[in-house]
Amino acid sequence: MLVEMKRTPMYDEHLKLGGRMVDFAGWELPVQYTSITKEHLAVRKSAGLFDVSHMGEFFVRGPAALEFLRWVTLNDPAKLRVGRAQYSMLPNDKGGVVDDIYVYRTEEGVYLVVVNAANVAKDWDHLNRLAADFDVELEDASDSWALMALQGPEAEATLQPFTDVDLSTVRKNATLPLTIAGVPARIARTGYTGEDGFEIFAAPGDAPELWRKLVEAGAVPAGLGARDTLRLEAGFPLYGHELTDDTNPRCTPLAWVIKDKPYYGREAIEDASCAERMVGMMLERGIPREGYPVFAGGAPAGKVTSGTQSPMLKKGIALGWVREDVSAEGSDVEVEVRGKLMPARVVKTPFVSPVK
Amino acid sequence: MNVPADRKYTRSHEWAKQEGDLIVVGISDFAQESLGDVVFVEVPEAGREVEAGEAVAVIESVKTASDVYAPVSGKVVEANEALADEPELVNGDPYGAGWLFKIEPSDPAEFEALLGAEDYLKVIEEES
Repeated sequence: MLVEMKRTPMYDEHLKLGGRMVDFAGWELPVQYTSITKEHLAVRKSAGLFDVSHMGEFFVRGPAALEFLRWVTLNDPAKLRVGRAQYSMLPNDKGGVVDDIYVYRTEEGVYLVVVNAANVAKDWDHLNRLAADFDVELEDASDSWALMALQGPEAEATLQPFTDVDLSTVRKNATLPLTIAGVPARIARTGYTGEDGFEIFAAPGDAPELWRKLVEAGAVPAGLGARDTLRLEAGFPLYGHELTDDTNPRCTPLAWVIKDKPYYGREAIEDASCAERMVGMMLERGIPREGYPVFAGGAPAGKVTSGTQSPMLKKGIALGWVREDVSAEGSDVEVEVRGKLMPARVVKTPFVSPVK
Repeated sequence: MNVPADRKYTRSHEWAKQEGDLIVVGISDFAQESLGDVVFVEVPEAGREVEAGEAVAVIESVKTASDVYAPVSGKVVEANEALADEPELVNGDPYGAGWLFKIEPSDPAEFEALLGAEDYLKVIEEES
């Protein structure tokens, strides 16, 4: 069956910039414009601009909006004041993760939930099923918003000339509505690269012009390839790789997200033992890739779920799930790279931290 | 897309060029462009006997690892050691400094049977 791929409002911009378009979760998006490495380094050293309009946006409104979100997410949205955002996850009732998400309290009684593109339909069904018991109204606003991410140490300086809001007062995980280059938008000081930066929500009709202005101001267009290597250096999981319906978040470095409160599926998450844990691994030689087996002392010990050569460290880095007894920082393991066992070490993530 | 007419090609995007008695092998401009930034190249050891179509080298880009196949059978006599320090030569100069290895061919007919530049261009068109 031929399925028509979806295009974001920035589609024509990507073509004009020479983006190499690929299918990502049913969306036609650029994997790179010039070079993954160059785009990656631009984000680490100056500022890069990503089109992330494919991500899903749900609004949760109503008298029980907070109560509902406290039940369906692992982090605690009760801690969010208006204008603040938090990383979170949707648990299932089998000790796994439906999706990892960002929750923004945009107004009194209104929450915005940003979800992974590949999971929009699944999350929507899941949330609607659980919402039946709550006095809430859910809206899928995914097609009403274009989303871009301006990331890197020069993100603030690049964006500042286009708005009257003093961006130096916008703290990490803060979000606010504002005017950028004369059009209404919302920004959040969040991202998926490990760098400082902003995510910018704008109307689909306004977004391409805003994109062009930011590129003219020096932001380097960056594709999905760099987005993946950047998040990997930062140690961030990608749903479908590190996190799945079957992975227990309690056994990951993201366990901090689980707050002590009643939530959907809590027993399943708490009852399971962590026979395997999600870890970071680094290799002196060899480039780990998704699916490569991990060994410890020659015995099977797990597998790589994401891997690449770090453009910053020039070494092989991986996220993966390994046996609990070799999951401690400093444990020696081996990654099988094309039939050869290459020494690897379990290391703390992030692999790369912002310089400043 | 740059496809020099002074050499032969394979459907798997290697090029093969006659140099005296030897066949020099590399990957095409189309192949390097598709792979993206090359960060590691594993070349075969000199002295290794290879069969046409056998996976003998590996090129790793940021995104993926790809096999390189021997266009002809014979003995590997030399590999491009410069790629150990400068794998990006494969991107910057795929038909020159980015060559991979040299083969002493065992059957000259195999080289003649490879694709000419025009036929290879058709292969690229089919894939783009």
